Amino acid sequence: MLCDICHKNIATIHLTEIVGDKIVELHLCSKCAQMKTEEIKNQLSLSEFLTGLVKEEKKERRVLRCAKCGLTFNDFRKMGKLGCKFCYESFREKLLPLLRKIHGSVEHTGKVPQGLKEEEILERKIRELRKKLAKAIKLEEYEEAARIRDEIRNLEKKRDV
Amino acid sequence: MFEEFLEKQLSWLGDSSENIIFSSRIRLARNLSEYPFPHKATSSQREEIRERIKGAIFKLEEFKDSIFVNMEDLNALDKQFFLERHIISQEHMVSSSGKGLMISSGEEISMMVNEEDHIRFQILAGGFRLDELWEKINYFDDRLTSYLKFAFLPDLGYLTSCPTNIGTALRASCMLHLPGLVMTRKINKILELLAKLSFTSRGLFGEGTQALGDFFQISNQVSLGLSEKELIENLVGIVKQVREQEEEARISLVKRQKITLEDKIGRALGILRNAYLITTKEALSYLSLLYLGIDLGIIKNISQKVVKNLFIVIQPAHLQKKEGRMLREEERDYVRAYILRKRLKEDV
Repeated sequence: MLCDICHKNIATIHLTEIVGDKIVELHLCSKCAQMKTEEIKNQLSLSEFLTGLVKEEKKERRVLRCAKCGLTFNDFRKMGKLGCKFCYESFREKLLPLLRKIHGSVEHTGKVPQGLKEEEILERKIRELRKKLAKAIKLEEYEEAARIRDEIRNLEKKRDV
Repeated sequence: MFEEFLEKQLSWLGDSSENIIFSSRIRLARNLSEYPFPHKATSSQREEIRERIKGAIFKLEEFKDSIFVNMEDLNALDKQFFLERHIISQEHMVSSSGKGLMISSGEEISMMVNEEDHIRFQILAGGFRLDELWEKINYFDDRLTSYLKFAFLPDLGYLTSCPTNIGTALRASCMLHLPGLVMTRKINKILELLAKLSFTSRGLFGEGTQALGDFFQISNQVSLGLSEKELIENLVGIVKQVREQEEEARISLVKRQKITLEDKIGRALGILRNAYLITTKEALSYLSLLYLGIDLGIIKNISQKVVKNLFIVIQPAHLQKKEGRMLREEERDYVRAYILRKRLKEDV
């Protein structure tokens, strides 16, 4: 991976920042990192700054954390409770097998809050079509698959408007 | 406030002719979209959540006459009292800021605020009335949606702090009186079978699996993947089967051990009518026999409604509320026996 600033050297320092509710990653080479550090009017020495970054990075890799409420997946393991609605997105991949085990399904088919209905109908249609698409590909019915793909695209456009 | 509750005597129990299925209940869990779940929310957030929910409740015409209390304003005895009436959970008794409780007039509908989820909304009725309860609670849930935005994802449904409740976030349950299955020792097999079919069952009174008074609560375990109506239909189906089994057990008891059964029931009534000290456990087990005796026509002149109410009012916090003071255990046993003697008098 190349440095995000000079686009020449290999990035060896990875900075993860949370801005608002978005995660911004910055990959820097050691040279640019040094410059960036100097930019930051901070009394920390470079080495301290860098160790801080490295630690952060290690943490980033090891700890799965909800960006919104700060709950880690380990906290969830210990307590059995999630922290907020965003945890379901943050830990989605890990939660799905668990949900399947508990409920035997990961598809909500019950009621939908009023006012959400149109979106929901679209979303459900798209989900169903994706399943059909996977099936068509498996059966090597490529014409049918292409037709379904176009239909999905159309619905996605409608949804994202 | 409590005098009112004591006088009303559980109007939701009603005059249901259904004897085996004591009551039905549906509970919905909801969380406000923009706040963390209660255990992760700060004190001030929890208080804000409570205010918003309270505001929404009182905007609904149907809840104009309901009561809303902050849990920190209740003492331990008050909380125990509501626990005994099945309005709050053990967890809701634990002190923590921002907890609230709403009770509709008539106690049919109640809501715990900031328990495990921001909203735990329940509706209760005597007898076997799950379909009707679903219609009602669904309507109130829709009405609340006009004022509150709930955490929801299209594929995972309503989001709850514990993933065992997501999806419909619905728990439907029926309280069954199963002395026949207990006496014929078939109950464990039935409970095992229910667990295999993904239904949860537990005793009504007491902790864990100890089922005082032969009451068992059966509820759905799964909440995601099936619609509310399907979940309820499945529960209705299984409850009907358990009821059939109980009826069969009763028929076989009457056929094979009629005199033994009459003796047991007669003794139970004798003790309830004559004791001066009686524990909750003892009282519940004799009331259970009495209730069975009325249903089988062995006991006449005592109405089922009286016994239904006694199951609730002989519990410790109810006795203390009625007496208006804290009672030591022995005093409670005395007051309990007094109430039982009075309400089960022969000439009534």
